[in-house]
Amino acid sequence: MSHYYDAKDLKRFAEVGKFNPEFMQKFFDYYNLVTGTDTALTKREKALIALAVAHAKQCPYCIDAYTVQCLETGSNPEQMTEAIHVAAAMEAGMALIHGIQMHNVMQEHGAL
Amino acid sequence: MEMVAEKSGVLAVSREDRRRYDFYGSLEQHNLNLAPAGIATLQMNITKLCNQACLHCHVDASPKRTEMMSRRTLEKCLEILGAYPEIKNLDITGGAPELHPDFEALVTRARQLDKHVMVRHNLTVTFDGNPQTGEPKTYLPEFFAARQIEVISSLPYYQEFFTDKQRGRGVFNKSIASMRLLNTQGYGRDGTGLLLNLVYNPVGAFLPASQAGLEADFKRELAARFGLFFNHLYTITNMPIHRFKAQLQRLGSYEAYMDKLLAAFNPEAARGVMCRSLLSVGYDGRIYDCDFNQMLEMQICNGKPMTVFDFDWADLQRRSIRFAAHCYGCTAGAGSSCGGATAS
Repeated sequence: MSHYYDAKDLKRFAEVGKFNPEFMQKFFDYYNLVTGTDTALTKREKALIALAVAHAKQCPYCIDAYTVQCLETGSNPEQMTEAIHVAAAMEAGMALIHGIQMHNVMQEHGAL
Repeated sequence: MEMVAEKSGVLAVSREDRRRYDFYGSLEQHNLNLAPAGIATLQMNITKLCNQACLHCHVDASPKRTEMMSRRTLEKCLEILGAYPEIKNLDITGGAPELHPDFEALVTRARQLDKHVMVRHNLTVTFDGNPQTGEPKTYLPEFFAARQIEVISSLPYYQEFFTDKQRGRGVFNKSIASMRLLNTQGYGRDGTGLLLNLVYNPVGAFLPASQAGLEADFKRELAARFGLFFNHLYTITNMPIHRFKAQLQRLGSYEAYMDKLLAAFNPEAARGVMCRSLLSVGYDGRIYDCDFNQMLEMQICNGKPMTVFDFDWADLQRRSIRFAAHCYGCTAGAGSSCGGATAS
């Protein structure tokens, strides 16, 4: 394998169901219901959440898909940028809150 | 036999596109017969001259173009409008149609014929004037209002970034100022009867968002940020021809865009395509099923090509509308037409 990620692979997602099509179909049904319909949240809001998650998880397939989905549901660059700042802020917060664990360990070792 | 303009590159429908993106095949698959359903609207493309040169423009209009409809052709179009009360609407487009020397006369006489007249007005021409002669056009808002013209104007977004990216630096601010002049005349306000409709098209290789949702956003944001009003927002899909096709090819995304249009084929949108109830006339008098076919030189051909000088109502009702790969642009998702989405 010469490289790990290829944009063309996104279109081949369904091939993952090759050895268990039933599970894969149930996943797609669930996925499309959750992300692709206006329910309590609009498709636009869901796309912005998904874009943020895609960045937090650093999934290039999802960043590709949800950047377009955000544009196609009417979001603008400012809103999309704010969404990934929320992801970044959450990531930062999740790292920093573990500083309390660091303090706890330091206390256990008499260093704090 | 279907005739297809066989030019190379971005100018026309290629054989490869015909094979990969078989619109007739999609119609057959969905058992659709898109026959003409009368002629409610005559759309006249009277010039390719424009004060702008937008990235997505399917006409390739620009300040350098010189094509103008002749007075003789224009008179013939007015004669047709007068002869057929079934044609309720005149849709005047370009380029910037206001740059045609006989624009005012055309509008005035069409109104005297009691036609509903729509002008595809790019907003900025009011301030830019004629790029070749310097002739000012600041009288346009008052002119439109006095003749009860429906004004249809492109505004790709309610923010500067997207608008200027597609239509050129400074276009957004000029568009806002121009909308303000139209609002001052009563356009976009309830009870005046003066319709100002905006057109959104995506700033890139993606499909438009839902028309209703975007209209609500535009109304809220334009009112809150600038105190501006309009009646309706029409969402239009970028047509993969000419300048936009060239952009897609530069980006390496032409095939992906076409695949997206193909995957989003919607039979309901197909039933509502505008070519079933509209005729498009080029600056040289040739007749087409729509403005896009016109730009691809896919002339109406029911045995022989037709111009306004051999206009034949009965023959036009019997014609087969000509389709090609670009027609997927009108049938994707909620559909697309000069009047916006064609399906719910």
